[in-house]
Amino acid sequence: MTELNSDEVRRYSRHLIMPEVGVEGQRKLKDARVLCVGAGGLGSPAALYLAAAGVGTLGLCDFDAVDFSNLQRQVLFSTDDVGRPKLRAASDRLKGLNPNIRIIGHETMLTSANALDIFKDYDIIVDGADNFPTRYLVNDACVLLGKPNVYGSIFRFDGQVSIFATKGGPCYRCLYPEPPPPGLVPSCAEGGVLGVLPGIIGTIQAAEAIKLILKIGESMVGRLLLFDALQMKFRMLKLQRDKACPVCGDSPTVTKLIDYEQFCGITPAVKAADQGKVSADQEMSVSDLKARLDQHNVFLLDVREPREWEISRIEGATLIPLGELPKRLSELPDPTSGLEIVVQCKTGIRSAKAVNLLREKGYTRVKNLRGGIMEWIQRIDPSLHSY
Amino acid sequence: MATTVFIPTPLRPFTDQQATVQVAGASVGEVLQNLVTVHAELRNHLFTADGKLRSFVNVYLNDEDIRYLNKEQTPVGATDTMSIVPSVAGGSGEVRS
Repeated sequence: MTELNSDEVRRYSRHLIMPEVGVEGQRKLKDARVLCVGAGGLGSPAALYLAAAGVGTLGLCDFDAVDFSNLQRQVLFSTDDVGRPKLRAASDRLKGLNPNIRIIGHETMLTSANALDIFKDYDIIVDGADNFPTRYLVNDACVLLGKPNVYGSIFRFDGQVSIFATKGGPCYRCLYPEPPPPGLVPSCAEGGVLGVLPGIIGTIQAAEAIKLILKIGESMVGRLLLFDALQMKFRMLKLQRDKACPVCGDSPTVTKLIDYEQFCGITPAVKAADQGKVSADQEMSVSDLKARLDQHNVFLLDVREPREWEISRIEGATLIPLGELPKRLSELPDPTSGLEIVVQCKTGIRSAKAVNLLREKGYTRVKNLRGGIMEWIQRIDPSLHSY
Repeated sequence: MATTVFIPTPLRPFTDQQATVQVAGASVGEVLQNLVTVHAELRNHLFTADGKLRSFVNVYLNDEDIRYLNKEQTPVGATDTMSIVPSVAGGSGEVRS
């Protein structure tokens, strides 16, 4: 094992005096290689604590740039970082925190084509992804390579933590054999998340990764932690390896990585709607909307959440959040009235879903506001608050 | 006899924001049926159209997955609690749209 230098002995003194860590444990940490998938809400606290604890090789896989709306919970980044690639900002921050460790950036989207190659150089994977296809991809890659997956997941006030894919232990597919169909389970984008929640969950992931490296305590293999910040309750459930699991079971049928978007039911049409794409003839620009509103011959439907509506709204819009739209169709102009409906959200993604939904319900004259209220603020009315 | 059922936040809009609800029933299946009778909007989130429990919704009796007990036939006692554990994918909670 690698020796500690004098700076490291000073730096890690609170670890070194603990019998459970000591010099030997600290050297294990120094030799350990941990990959954080996602440098977001979970990856931020996890990477900060792993770096501070002296994990010698810390990988980060992310391809986003820092956005203002990240700062509410992604504590790796500061206001000055907005607009910078996350990995560059994270690397600066982590190196500043601990210059003794090696930071490796994988500035790419994790895919079936590159996951095994990226994972192979690490001992432990910390999963802080934000979507189902990546969750299943990380799980399967960890099972195939025999690397522990320290899993954390958050939604609004709820968090889950476990360790998957250890030898003989359960994997993510044992817990959730199939993903929910797209759209049935609300995403964080629709539901939001309490800023400190990923701080709690990501920190627990870091603790579990460190315990795995040091081989101390009781790991969370075979256990699922449920955390509810509103009730301030931690509950622990038992997990079992499913002998019939297609990946880690006794006779696995998944022996190489698959197409995870397809597995999660994300068809090209769903993806297009997810990315706010509708065909060009189903779109309206903000300047066209302005003209139509001035002529009073359009019904403007805002499908954002009430909290967003309170921040800023386009004069004359009617608010029906996307989730409530199916049961509140009676509040829209009758499809036979001929009045055109223009749907608007923050940037045009949720409203594209609403356009597709309304078309399915028989509304033919319905358009998506391209760029949403953000573009409206930029080009038509800068006096409104952007967020 | 009523059993305490823990409702996760994604499903609380369908239980008037209650974190736990008291539901009667002698088996896991009965409790779930009574739950979706009282809170009708939950039905689509827990069951498929032909009445089967959805595969991405896990139900626990105390700390045990009912798949490894007697599934929906598992008897429920007075001091037992049930949990609904849905899959959530969030990692960064990015508001993208």
